[in-house]
Amino acid sequence: MSPPSAGTGTLFERIWNDHVIEQGGADDALLHVDLNFLHEGSFLAFAALRKEGRSVRSPQRHFAVADHYVPTLGRERGIAGITDPEVRGLIDLLESNAAWAGIDHAGIDDARQGIVHVIGPELGLTHPGMVITCGDSHTSTHGAMGAFAFGMGASQVKQVLATQCLWQRRPKTLRVTLDGTLGAGVGAKDVILALIGKIGAAGATGHVIEYAGSAMRAMSMEGRLTVCNMSIEAGARAGMVAPDDVTFDYLHGRPFAPKAQHWDDAVAMWRTLSSRADARFDREVSLAAADIAPMVTWGTNPGQALPIDARVPDPATANPEARRGIEAALAYMGLTPGQALDGLPVDRVFIGSCTNSRIEDLRAAAAVLRGRKARIPAFVSPGSTAIKREAESEGLDRVFTEAGVEWRASGCSMCVGTNGDLLRAGERSASTSNRNFEGRQGRGARTHLVSPAMAAAAAVTGTLTDVRRLLAGARA
Amino acid sequence: MQAFTTLTAVAVPLDMANINTDMLVPARFLRKPRDERYGSYLFHDLRHDEQGRLRDSFPLNEACYAQAQIIVAGANFGCGSSRESAVYVLMDSGFRCVIAPSFGDIFFGNALQNGLLPVVLPEAQCAALRAWLEANPGAQITADLESQQVSVPGGERYAFSLDPVRRERLLRGMDEIGLTLSRLPAIEAFEARYHAQRPWLAR
Repeated sequence: MSPPSAGTGTLFERIWNDHVIEQGGADDALLHVDLNFLHEGSFLAFAALRKEGRSVRSPQRHFAVADHYVPTLGRERGIAGITDPEVRGLIDLLESNAAWAGIDHAGIDDARQGIVHVIGPELGLTHPGMVITCGDSHTSTHGAMGAFAFGMGASQVKQVLATQCLWQRRPKTLRVTLDGTLGAGVGAKDVILALIGKIGAAGATGHVIEYAGSAMRAMSMEGRLTVCNMSIEAGARAGMVAPDDVTFDYLHGRPFAPKAQHWDDAVAMWRTLSSRADARFDREVSLAAADIAPMVTWGTNPGQALPIDARVPDPATANPEARRGIEAALAYMGLTPGQALDGLPVDRVFIGSCTNSRIEDLRAAAAVLRGRKARIPAFVSPGSTAIKREAESEGLDRVFTEAGVEWRASGCSMCVGTNGDLLRAGERSASTSNRNFEGRQGRGARTHLVSPAMAAAAAVTGTLTDVRRLLAGARA
Repeated sequence: MQAFTTLTAVAVPLDMANINTDMLVPARFLRKPRDERYGSYLFHDLRHDEQGRLRDSFPLNEACYAQAQIIVAGANFGCGSSRESAVYVLMDSGFRCVIAPSFGDIFFGNALQNGLLPVVLPEAQCAALRAWLEANPGAQITADLESQQVSVPGGERYAFSLDPVRRERLLRGMDEIGLTLSRLPAIEAFEARYHAQRPWLAR
């Protein structure tokens, strides 16, 4: 008998098998999709669907929300506050497409509005064991709740709308084991940047990552969502964490979570969702939590990340294949080889995005800013309207505004800038978002990806700063 | 979807790794309708300087590549955002094939949905192809999905493979929705069984 093949007995395999309607080939299957999320960018898929004269097969298995184009200022005026006719048109179009299809929709002034990958878990729409899709690469976020969740393009959004299923090629499996305890001032964002820095921006291409180990089990739901969110930045098809009591405690009582007897039955099923002890993965990577420092990206892809106490790499000492990439990144970023990252002057700070805008992120930033002043322009965009309210009930908004940090409304904002929240050319940001690509935050803009605590520290000092120094100061 | 069988066309070498979809089409163009201008958004900020002038240094701006339909690039082509517009701008600029050592998974899938052939060749073969193209600017090469080969006139042949299911769909230009809906009885049977086990999903 041959040994079981890689992928056997994994959490991913279990969810995949549960959703196979039909095998299309050895590694190809028609999968049932439990839930699809839509945002303003879905207009291309709706247009194609309607042009083909098709309808939405299961409208109750979709949820639409305005996030990519909503302004973060002037939101009290709702849709009327948007002056750009193209932006207003896209937000209106999502609403009219959702109404046409009979899909539940959270528009710009809905209490449920927020970034799609924040509100899915927050509303209890995202459940363990689901296959979840969305026309957005950061759909990997939802895997933190024990789902198989992945991004796709407009053609496949159209297919899911029309059929509620999708032909998929089965990815390989990669287990990332994070054992030990994270140090003070080190969080989920540092974990995922350390991983991508280690395996590279294409290090997990073709794979689905399962995050395991004692430090993952100890991590909050918010932290797991951050880690899974950036799985795509390592090239992974999806990231996932086996559901446990952290997951169930987070989900219990949320608006779309199962209720009463259904809750008990669902939890009983979800408890069976984990990789077996003898599960075989195609690849394994491990990280020691205690070795991870606060991280910062220095280049133009998320794999170009280093601990804050490191120096900018020298292309002269890099291998020839990496050399030109490093040289190009340093030229774009305006950095010199060997330069210290700690102390590098920054122009602006952005705290937000589907990566780092949840309540725990805002608390971490506020803990650094409390009683201090920002020396450079900074703003916070909470991940959802509900998180904004929750933060305000805790007084976090006052911590930010008293520090001179703007407190704005919820949306994708300066992560992608489609709503107009952008840096000017040459400006340098410390940003809690997920992509430091050239031009991502504005043409010629220079992005350093950091955690919320590190972003707050940069606001206080006006430079990239090891937040651990400020935390030590706060304790003294 | 447009079928892809074989293509002989001018190929442009792009010796860059990690060409992400923000580079292929900057986010500010995503709100635009797919009209006759769409192709002009391809590599917009690499092709143009801040004043909107064409940069001489970018290969796609060279006259010998004006008719190019194939790109030979570095690893991890199309990584990043899931925007299918990255494929649309390529198609609307006349491109039908990208050859690279690896691709972003979502881009790879989007390309296949639109009849753009993504060809994976080893790093060394991509480098050899780019070197040949740089020595023969404006030359044509052939990408043949039937025989799964890339060939240089009078020279090297490079074998590639696409999984059989996707190859067949691309060769025939098959519409996946039509294919899926032909399975409707199996889908409905699956859903009935699946939801009976998960009554909490009823909405």
